[in-house]
Amino acid sequence: MTKLEFWQGNTACAEGALAAGCRFFGCYPITPSTEVAEHMAVKLPKKNGIFIQMEDEIASMAAIIGASWTGMRAMTATSGPGFSLMMENIGFAAMTETPCVIVNIQRGGPSTGQPTMAAQGDMMQCRFGSHGDYSVIALCPASVQEMYELTARAFDLADQYRVPVFLMADEIIGHMRERITIPDKVAQTPRRELEKGVLPFQPDAQLIPGFATFGKGYGVHVTGLTHDEQGYPCTTNPKVHAALVQRLVDKIENARTAIADYDVVNPDAEQVFVAYGAPVRTVRQVLHDNPRANIGLLQLRTVWPFPEHALTIFKHAKVFLVPELNLGQIAREIDRHVKVPVVSLPKLGGDLHTPSDLVAALEAHK
Amino acid sequence: MTFEDWFRTDRLPHIYCAGCGNGTIINCTLAAIDQMSWKKEETVFISGIGCSSRAPGYIVTDSLHTTHGRALAFATGVKMANPALNVVIFTGDGDLAAIGGNHFIHACRRNIDLTVVCMNNQIYGMTGGQGSPTTPKGCLSTTTPYGCSEPPFDLCELAIAAGANYVARWTSYHVKELEKAVRAGLETPGFSFIEAMTQCPTNFGRRNKFKQVADQVDYLKTHGVLRAKRERMIEQGEKIPEDLFVIGELMRRNRPAMGVKP
Repeated sequence: MTKLEFWQGNTACAEGALAAGCRFFGCYPITPSTEVAEHMAVKLPKKNGIFIQMEDEIASMAAIIGASWTGMRAMTATSGPGFSLMMENIGFAAMTETPCVIVNIQRGGPSTGQPTMAAQGDMMQCRFGSHGDYSVIALCPASVQEMYELTARAFDLADQYRVPVFLMADEIIGHMRERITIPDKVAQTPRRELEKGVLPFQPDAQLIPGFATFGKGYGVHVTGLTHDEQGYPCTTNPKVHAALVQRLVDKIENARTAIADYDVVNPDAEQVFVAYGAPVRTVRQVLHDNPRANIGLLQLRTVWPFPEHALTIFKHAKVFLVPELNLGQIAREIDRHVKVPVVSLPKLGGDLHTPSDLVAALEAHK
Repeated sequence: MTFEDWFRTDRLPHIYCAGCGNGTIINCTLAAIDQMSWKKEETVFISGIGCSSRAPGYIVTDSLHTTHGRALAFATGVKMANPALNVVIFTGDGDLAAIGGNHFIHACRRNIDLTVVCMNNQIYGMTGGQGSPTTPKGCLSTTTPYGCSEPPFDLCELAIAAGANYVARWTSYHVKELEKAVRAGLETPGFSFIEAMTQCPTNFGRRNKFKQVADQVDYLKTHGVLRAKRERMIEQGEKIPEDLFVIGELMRRNRPAMGVKP
């Protein structure tokens, strides 16, 4: 039996994590993500899980990586300034292929910016914020229901691809309350354990190694240094480094179709909105208010790896309109993949685009 | 099993310079661990960045070589997630006291059941000899070319003030005492901190008038004084030379601890 609730987005995020088997949460308080931590602080001890408030976000990220190596599903939640502090150990998680989930309830930046206002200014930081080349997975919920579902899916993706997975929400989705249907059970695909006789960083056909859980007798060495398939440091052999970094990128980019999650409305439209997170809601209002106009929508629930093939569904598109709560971070990405004009519709300050903002954009780009 | 069975022989030769004291401290630590009859599969070594932090790479157990200064935060995650694991951390003065200082005091405060062995060579050895938060006043390094002008940290005092259950300081000369201190740390529930003063002939010794490795080991031997002796010197009105440092067991208590094996 499913059940209906009326929840805040951040509560739905925490509950989605718990339903997916998350039993370790390390965090540092930061607006507007604190409700995720507060909910986990209440619920985790009752489920024999570990909630720990660390001394900063660097330590939070470190703690969830440590917990993950013991086989636990582990998560942290933060916002702008904390997200910046996490970058160092996010790179470590990418390099050591540690499954973990990072929730970012985005607020206005740069710096301390607007703690209580929504933004989507960390989309590029999420993709490229730590040094060196690597790839990640980022999911963007646009409703309380999606906060629950995408958080739960984030754990499966993290375990399957052995990569940090980001839930890139925003203050509006995190703090809004709406009806949510809770499933009986969330399907869980556990991470693939390392087989006997296989090296701990030796990839399978999907370029992903089996996981050598601590405490099981593998004697695995995990290092952020460039390492060989044994896991041993190997920092001056150019071929070993190139092959490792290429694999870290390819294991995600090659799977972009499998990872992709999006919604298509009116695929024959000539004017197509591409949106993720809170702006999706304004676009849907415009579609609702103008049922006879042939306006398209591509809602991206996966932003990284970027599902570029989804853009080709709109065969008659003459223009892509991209409303974002930033200065066009994903509009630039879309522009790389299409031949028709891409119009960035930036909105800063914390307010959503109004439906009339978007209607005016439709008029201006007829 | 002997302590030699804990080494990953396929990782040899190691990276340490001739005359480095780190090997002595790793040996003392493994000798202490060997007496605990711990199973390899239940033991995890964790470290940050620096010469000291390469140690887990030479040990056969599961090991996590993390980011600079963050070893204790990673260890907190490992130990809280699975308290059945024995978790030992190797760190150095730069890793622990500079970039990792905040994680250090909070791990002491939480009193998590971890044993930390800090190889204090008073210098950043791996990066070529820059001054660290424990470089003594007046000492030369590549970033203190006119002599270090800042006062150094007393890491043991810091650990005691922050709440660690077990705190001791020895040197690479005092191998038997160091081994016993590490063992006491391993046996103590809660946070144990063992500081091992050690020589870095390549980057500290040669800039600070220690022409031979043995000169620096001899310095550690003659400048470390037991707390009781130091107190006696004070009572007798003797002037305590600035370069003396206290050795011995400095704290053993039973504050409530986190992450203790069930």
